[in-house]
Amino acid sequence: MNSSAELKELFIKQFQSFENTLNGEKELPLHQIRKDAIEEFSNLNFPSIKDEEWKYTNINPLLSKTFKPADSIPEVDPEFINKYLFDKKEFITLVFVNGYFSKEFSDVDSLPKGLILETISEAIKKHPELVLNYFSKTASAEKNIFTALNTAFADHGTFVFIEENSIIERPIQILYVTKADDIFVSPRNLFLISKNAQVKIIETYAGFGDRSYFTNQVTEFIVNDNAVVEHVRIQDEQLNAFHISTLSVDLEKASNFSSYNINFGGSLVRNNVNTKFNGGFAECRLNGLYVTQGSQFVDNHTSIDHAKPNCLSNELYKGILNDTSRGVFNGKVFVRQDAQKTNAYQQNKNILLSNDAIVNTKPQLEIFADDVKCSHGATVGQLDKDQLFYLKARGIQEKEAKAILIYAFASDVVHSISMLQVRDHLEALLAKKLL
Amino acid sequence: MIEIKNLHANIDGREILKGINLTVNKGEVHAIMGPNGSGKSTLAQVIAGREDYEVTEGEILFNGKNLLELSTEARACEGIFLAFQYPVEIPGVSNTTLLKNALNSIRKYRGEEELDAMEFLTLVKKKMSLVELSEDLLRRSVNEGFSGGEKKRNEIFQMAVLQPKLAILDETDSGLDIDALRIVANGVTKLKSPENATIVVTHYQRLLNYIIPDFVHVLYNGKIIKSGDKSLALELENKGYDWVIEEAAELV
Repeated sequence: MNSSAELKELFIKQFQSFENTLNGEKELPLHQIRKDAIEEFSNLNFPSIKDEEWKYTNINPLLSKTFKPADSIPEVDPEFINKYLFDKKEFITLVFVNGYFSKEFSDVDSLPKGLILETISEAIKKHPELVLNYFSKTASAEKNIFTALNTAFADHGTFVFIEENSIIERPIQILYVTKADDIFVSPRNLFLISKNAQVKIIETYAGFGDRSYFTNQVTEFIVNDNAVVEHVRIQDEQLNAFHISTLSVDLEKASNFSSYNINFGGSLVRNNVNTKFNGGFAECRLNGLYVTQGSQFVDNHTSIDHAKPNCLSNELYKGILNDTSRGVFNGKVFVRQDAQKTNAYQQNKNILLSNDAIVNTKPQLEIFADDVKCSHGATVGQLDKDQLFYLKARGIQEKEAKAILIYAFASDVVHSISMLQVRDHLEALLAKKLL
Repeated sequence: MIEIKNLHANIDGREILKGINLTVNKGEVHAIMGPNGSGKSTLAQVIAGREDYEVTEGEILFNGKNLLELSTEARACEGIFLAFQYPVEIPGVSNTTLLKNALNSIRKYRGEEELDAMEFLTLVKKKMSLVELSEDLLRRSVNEGFSGGEKKRNEIFQMAVLQPKLAILDETDSGLDIDALRIVANGVTKLKSPENATIVVTHYQRLLNYIIPDFVHVLYNGKIIKSGDKSLALELENKGYDWVIEEAAELV
């Protein structure tokens, strides 16, 4: 067992080794951001259950492990990769293995006009101003130890820039694959969507191998005026993996953002989804699904900040928990004093498939404006006995009948995904997990 | 086909069935009538395998097999079909999903090939016309937003697709207007064959004008107190149940 302080020491030491591998890149302005981040990291402490934000989520299992930074690309079975990839003709495809961009598995040729797509380390060289204007702003390293750690090691990840008025028809799929080898990876994405632009982005996180690993991930999104974004995040890590992520989204005037946060894997998972309306008449849909079994622990913390008037947010998170697994949902919706005519709806629904599964749910609504429509609610229940009997009385085996009902419960989270291939893929992952 | 011997069943410790004896042979239609609360629906549910009921005594043989040892789904695969009095709504599960899974599960159980999408669709379309349902129903969620009549017709449609050996219609006539009743009854009659059997559980004799029973049984207080032919149903319609109950009391 490490003490928290020892573990911090270790990460800081690892940062120094990482720094030494950077050579010329040390002179780039990004590196100053990294150095500030490690400084911030060293001043912060790992959260404990005494912190309100981590009340139900004990990260000691993570802290008791030692991980080293990934330093090379391992061998990986193409079949494993292909399981997660969509048709490359229809999707722009980026694959990272242990954080490293894999040319072999990616397909980024003949990109459409209006799209700049780079690894983050290339982007900082080719488009320094663009990157530096936004990097580490939406998701600040300040006061967040995991974001600080990710920022300090930020080297691998994806930079997307969509020019004004550009509609990118081919969705962009980014797959991060990690070999479970007691390593940690720090994927870092920056997605800048200009005015009137449209894009669909899918991030997938998966792993293979028997040992443990730690994905500490941050995605920053700037969605400018009138832009439309569909974002799907599929977390299917190994069952012995640790996964901590932050998705931070700035929504400008009349923009439209749909998020699908789908979780199947991981032993200890914490996702932070933070969205903020910086302009009026914007829309934000947060959809989430967590399907857990064994001793998995999945925590989703979301926040929606209605800082401006006339915006709509609609949030639906659903959980299906089996065995002794645990789920946490904490959804905050702030409606600021100026945010009149806000519509904010939030729902968290859970099905417990065993007596030992637990979910802690806390929908939170803080309203400071007076002319708003808001609702929130949470439910925890079991599969409906009458529905189950009905299906079985038609000859459907119990296991299948349960799977059908669970799929029906989960389906309204994913049914509005516009990409059929993605829906089918999720359906297959869900079926695999349930049967 | 089915032999029920001295069947006793409880729910929450309360005895509902108090010694039912009933034999139904293939090709026969039996009507089970009786006042509310007599145990008619319980009998239907116990045969189908509802786990809320505890069978405390007696046995049910279905084509020689001990039915009480089989799970609900195995009973369905053996050929038992319960048309529910109150079909449940299952949002998010389409009628196609339900029927395709059910049919293929039954076929698999019987060692038959599963149907592919085309074969399934052809079969289903043929059967839909039987109860005058429109095809868009297939894509809709099971019973969700259906009217009472549509729900009952959907039950008979499922029965037509699954082709059970023994169909138990639990108060299928309740809440049906006369047109829907005729459609449902016609469907049931067309599905009748010398190889299958039907048990019609009903409160009224109205449905029996369309589905002619070979035998009529009166269930009262958990027991069959009188059996007869179709004329008994008419007699019950005219005179009510009291005389049968009194007659039975005198015998005790």
